[in-house]
Amino acid sequence: MKKIMFARDFLMYSVKGGVKFYVWLLFLGFFIMLWGFGNFQQLTKGMIVTGLNDQTTWGLYVANFVFLVGVAASAVTVVFPSYIYNYKPLKDVAVIGELVAIAAIIMSTLFITNHIGRPDRAWHFSPGIGIFNWPDAILTWDMIVLNVYLVLNFICAFYFLYKKYSRGKINKWFYMPLIYISIFWAVSIHTVTAFMLNTMATRPMWFHSIVPIKFIASAFAAGPAFIILAFIIIRKNTKLIISDAAINKMSEIMTYALGITLFLSFSEIVTELYPGTEHSYSLKYLMFGMHGLTQLVPWFWASVIINVTAFIVLLIPAARKNYALLFYLSALIFAGIWIEKGIGFILSGMVPTPIGEFVEYTPSIIEIFNCLGNWAIGLFIFTLLVKGAAGVLTGEIKHDALNVSNQP
Amino acid sequence: MDRREFMKSIGITGAAALLSNPDELEAKTTWAEHFQKAFRLMTDDEKDQAIKRLEERYSEEHGREVKVGKEPAMDGVLFGQALNIQKCIGCRRCVHSCVKENNQSRHDPQGNATEIEWIRVVKMEKGNFSAEDRDHGHPFKKGEEYGISEGGHAHNNVGVVLEGEHYYEPKKVPEKDSFYFPIQCHQCENPPCVKVCPVKATYREADGVVVIDYNWCIGCRMCMGACPYWARRFNWGEPNIPKDDLNTDTHYLGNRPRMKGVVEKCHFCLQRTRKGRYPACVEACPVGARKFGNLLDPESEVRKVLERKRVFRLKADLNTFPKFFYYMD
Ligand code: SF4
Ligand code: SF4
Repeated sequence: MKKIMFARDFLMYSVKGGVKFYVWLLFLGFFIMLWGFGNFQQLTKGMIVTGLNDQTTWGLYVANFVFLVGVAASAVTVVFPSYIYNYKPLKDVAVIGELVAIAAIIMSTLFITNHIGRPDRAWHFSPGIGIFNWPDAILTWDMIVLNVYLVLNFICAFYFLYKKYSRGKINKWFYMPLIYISIFWAVSIHTVTAFMLNTMATRPMWFHSIVPIKFIASAFAAGPAFIILAFIIIRKNTKLIISDAAINKMSEIMTYALGITLFLSFSEIVTELYPGTEHSYSLKYLMFGMHGLTQLVPWFWASVIINVTAFIVLLIPAARKNYALLFYLSALIFAGIWIEKGIGFILSGMVPTPIGEFVEYTPSIIEIFNCLGNWAIGLFIFTLLVKGAAGVLTGEIKHDALNVSNQP
Repeated sequence: MDRREFMKSIGITGAAALLSNPDELEAKTTWAEHFQKAFRLMTDDEKDQAIKRLEERYSEEHGREVKVGKEPAMDGVLFGQALNIQKCIGCRRCVHSCVKENNQSRHDPQGNATEIEWIRVVKMEKGNFSAEDRDHGHPFKKGEEYGISEGGHAHNNVGVVLEGEHYYEPKKVPEKDSFYFPIQCHQCENPPCVKVCPVKATYREADGVVVIDYNWCIGCRMCMGACPYWARRFNWGEPNIPKDDLNTDTHYLGNRPRMKGVVEKCHFCLQRTRKGRYPACVEACPVGARKFGNLLDPESEVRKVLERKRVFRLKADLNTFPKFFYYMD
């Protein structure tokens, strides 16, 4: 009974807000409409409405998928200091990290659904009625870890919120093991996603043992960037108190992770370019263009400039404490890593093809509609989740004991 | 798009079709096809039913009687092919006969389907060296006496180099200063494509041929990412096969018409080779550059080639162990 009331109160609270709130939701709603159109086109006509082809079989959908798995994994940057170091300022709002993870996993699922040619056959990989090529296919590992991660975060977040709501005591023996597992699990999701790419021996851009660690490092820069943005927006627009200390911790983590990412990128570039074998063609294409094809070059250098500048500025403690500046830096880093990982790493890995052909890929408008729509759906869900969570954390929605005893 | 096509394209609405479509039999067929098992796991009965359904659908769609075979791998047979790059003249007869034999999608002027060719013939320049650049290289400074430390400029790519030039359109083949290098599925013994498939829609059969169950493939294209020989093609749209060009003698795992959203590739013409015939490409080659046969039979043509000629495998470093070999006399 209590649980149903929790669900009802949470839901009711999450959809009520001021003008700004509804304008934001409407804004997202616009992209969701485009998404509806794009998906209809793709489902009826086939993948031919995308810019993909036999040379570039993976494009923006996979790029966003990989990036978002990283964002989901980075929930651990909030959870880890909260529960392992017992860092109070973050612990109070750790649940927001888990909500980020939930929204990000939902988005990555949407992207994968857009990527596959026969989403209507998705049941083919359900164990039991279908065939699940586990442990051979890394994609099956990825499906397992992502689903479990979604469930873990869902339970952790809502168990915590429910206990707050009903003013019950958290059962440490139930809750803490889940937290520990979710910390380990967060790392696993991005590692497995990296393995899916870097075990393809025929794609030299990806066939690097540096990929998993670089994925995690860059995710721990992009994720906290997103969380900082969320923190700053939330504390401006809701009554939820998020301390400066919490934001400072996140910017610290973001800075370290960004530094490591830059170092790893640098190592990769030296390792590839010095010997200059055929295996460096993808990277050369990305950095300088090859055979007159230079589409990705501006993207690459934009991400380098963004990430290096942001890193240098972030090293100045005063800059990290200037929240107006930090807000823009975080937005830049989020974009910078998106370019680095999505556009840079994924798209360049497709060029040249295994038989040496250079083909440039331009996403179609339908593809862009679907991508924007997937993001809009994720942000929509995230907004409602955070809104409800803020209500619970501030005590605005709580269980009314009297009310319960009156219920039949 | 008419209603029927729409139903097919969103197969999941089969249930809805069952309720609302007056043509109930057809709806049931879509429904059943949608929920059929992977071919490998079907009982003989289920296989026959699935084949009957397909034959009905194909015959109706294409307006011609289509036969779908299910011949299994023959005992004691492991198929292999060897290609003589010394002889190949780059005429692409193999390509065209393959397209026709295997019902590949043709160019669609309306842009709703892509053109698919499983065999691609890559042109290799014989290359030459430049006399003027003999002493040029990098870094190069006038008066610099240490010599060229990073690399000379007098070279050109020579030999088998994969640069993906498969669009050549000369008036006459063979062209001067070029040789040709056809690439198709190598039927790897260690197929990276099979390993990565999340639903085992693609797998190696007992006769060594890597096949795809087109009704089971989910179109994730992991296999296309993993294949080192760029052998796989995707049906980006609904395939376009002109009625008169349809080859009606098909095999379930071979050349039966595909649907949109699934992967396809060379399968050594199962529909022919499992009945003791040559693949279409082998028959079409005007210079006899392609030799096909049973790798387990010492008397087969392909084994004779392996014994007597200089043979190499493409990208041997990847340990895929192709059963498609290149050789020179
Ligand atoms: S050539 Fe490619 S498609 Fe064919 S078996 Fe090998 S990996 Fe698979
Ligand atoms: S595209 Fe089809 S055959 Fe290829 S890996 Fe995915 S499900 Fe398997």
